Amino acid sequence: MAELLLSPPLLLMLGSVVLAAAPRNVLPRTVLRALLLALPVYSLWRFWGLDFGDYAQFELFGQTLTLVRIDPLSRIFVVIFHLAALIGSVYSFYVKDNFQPLVGVFYAGSALGVVLAGDLWTLFLFWEVAAVSSALLVWVRRSGRAAGAGLRYLGMQMVSGVLLLAGIVLLRHEVGAAPGWAEFRNLTGFLENGGLGFSNLAATLIFLAFGLKAAFPLLHSWLIDAYPESTPAGAVFLSAFTTKFAIYALARAFPGQSELIWIGALMTAFPIFFAVIENDLRRVLAYSMTNQLGFMVVGIGIGTELAINGAVAHAFADILFKGLLFMAMGAVLYRVGHVNGSDLGGLYKSMPITTGLCIVGAASISAFPLFSAFATKSLIMSAAVYKEYFWLWLVLLFASAGVFHHAGIKIPFFAFFHHDSGIRCKEAPRSMIVAMVLAAAASMAIGLFPLAEMWFGVANPFYALLPYPVDYDVYTTTHVITQSQLLFFSALAFATLMRTGLYPPELRSVNLDADWLYRRVGYRVWDGVATAFVALHRAGYAVAGRIAASALATAQRHLGPQGLLGRSWLTASMTLWVALLLAAYLVVFYWRLK
Amino acid sequence: MAHHDHGKHGGKSYWLDRKQNVAKVFYALIAVDVLWLAADFLYKKKAEFDAWGGWADGGFGFYPVYGFVGAFLLVLAAKQMRRVLMRSEDYYERRRDGGAS
Repeated sequence: MAELLLSPPLLLMLGSVVLAAAPRNVLPRTVLRALLLALPVYSLWRFWGLDFGDYAQFELFGQTLTLVRIDPLSRIFVVIFHLAALIGSVYSFYVKDNFQPLVGVFYAGSALGVVLAGDLWTLFLFWEVAAVSSALLVWVRRSGRAAGAGLRYLGMQMVSGVLLLAGIVLLRHEVGAAPGWAEFRNLTGFLENGGLGFSNLAATLIFLAFGLKAAFPLLHSWLIDAYPESTPAGAVFLSAFTTKFAIYALARAFPGQSELIWIGALMTAFPIFFAVIENDLRRVLAYSMTNQLGFMVVGIGIGTELAINGAVAHAFADILFKGLLFMAMGAVLYRVGHVNGSDLGGLYKSMPITTGLCIVGAASISAFPLFSAFATKSLIMSAAVYKEYFWLWLVLLFASAGVFHHAGIKIPFFAFFHHDSGIRCKEAPRSMIVAMVLAAAASMAIGLFPLAEMWFGVANPFYALLPYPVDYDVYTTTHVITQSQLLFFSALAFATLMRTGLYPPELRSVNLDADWLYRRVGYRVWDGVATAFVALHRAGYAVAGRIAASALATAQRHLGPQGLLGRSWLTASMTLWVALLLAAYLVVFYWRLK
Repeated sequence: MAHHDHGKHGGKSYWLDRKQNVAKVFYALIAVDVLWLAADFLYKKKAEFDAWGGWADGGFGFYPVYGFVGAFLLVLAAKQMRRVLMRSEDYYERRRDGGAS
């Protein structure tokens, strides 16, 4: 029982529920916050003492479910999810209300449940809990827009849940027990055939369920729609978990699935166009997140040990640097009230520390040497080169230049530099700065570890966490020079476009994306159908009313007081009619007898 | 890029507020880029791909050209996308024009 309750998912979820239920006079705010931070720290410390294997198994409806399965793939996600819960909580202490960190830690617990699940039922359970708890983090903004976005978000998450459930039920039907990952792989024939080819309906449904949460093209717009509508802290929590456990699930179930390569390539390329013309800087980050997820999806699709290592490492790094960028923009949102590129600028004067930390995040996501993505994305790029995917490599290279353009330059430039907007505000609150420093330090550490290994022979603790052994040199001369050339000339293109006035100005606007299909077309269709139904109902009601009225009039005519069948008859006429009837009977009888 | 509005808000003036300093940053960037381009002379690259006569990842100046042209075209293409995709900020808030059904 203790093993069950103290497992990372339940410890974080139940812990945050208990803290939320504790009365304020018993638990002062500072004590509550200390306990809240202690939850992920204690949970990670406990987890660290466990070996690979299955833990916390329990019986439910005659099935043995495994709450915790630790292996090299789940371990690294468990570590980063704990760190993300910790950093997100610290960040969110800028508001007095503890609702956000409590929900955030609960949501982190559900995400841990997904990555530790030893069977697909357990996975599904936490998949749904994560959907609902994360929707709360959108709604916590308490604006009309957030209410709508949260509802659409929850709707899309539920679609993913239903697809997953349908897939698991089909799978259950075929294997006859709680389907675990091993059964899943045996059934889909992954190990034999090196990919399942989607001949199996169950596998296809599960693939789509995972893909929706990993923001596959056309299934991505819930992310772009909802995350930027959340609060500063809400977006930080949101950016960490859902998409990354989807990446974990894809890496677990579909490594080497060749479809993923081109799905991923598309994901790296198309969002950067949208990011260039998007005005809401947190929405730029949401596009940027789809782009980064694309690199991870490509890695899973390539499926070699190097590529899977790259995908997982990049997921780890992305949680930190994307979190850092969301934190920096959240700080601007908190101090200024909006993050519209069109109305910001010159904030480096007011928020120098946030500016510096944002630049660390920008350098990290852009994969500058010494920063994190350089030590993670390179694994995916090299895996593509080793497998000789030339066109894929060109797309990824273009996307890399594009990342630097929209996330590396655009975010810090339009928020903190550009022309002076005249806005003067205070520096970010202390809790925000502490959290940003933690994320920035971790991002730089990931980038510097390989260098420390190369120069001083210090073992790289980050690479040691990866699912497969790493035999890869990040800091080769070629690699450092070519990557720097790509980025610096991309920067030159930006500067040239700015100075020549060719760069499109930031405009207050909305750009249509895939969500247009349900927010506009879908809405119109739904509205049309509803209007048609109302008209049909009214017409039917009118026709039925007319028929009923005429029936009533006919009945009135025949059965009413004056009607033939309804009026009172004289006894004399009745006698006459009876006599006539008897006479007719007599005639017929006589005729028949003859 | 920078406006001449230093002092307008009563604050101190910053180095980047002066237009000629922004130009200095730009020229410094060009200088750095020339150095990175020159770096291609300093070492030997091994081409992994045969495509484009090995120029793609083995030849002189491929990454600089690709980075510059790629980013340049990205922005120009995105700018054209606005013609089709851009709507006013309250696009999704405005419901049916005809009012309630």
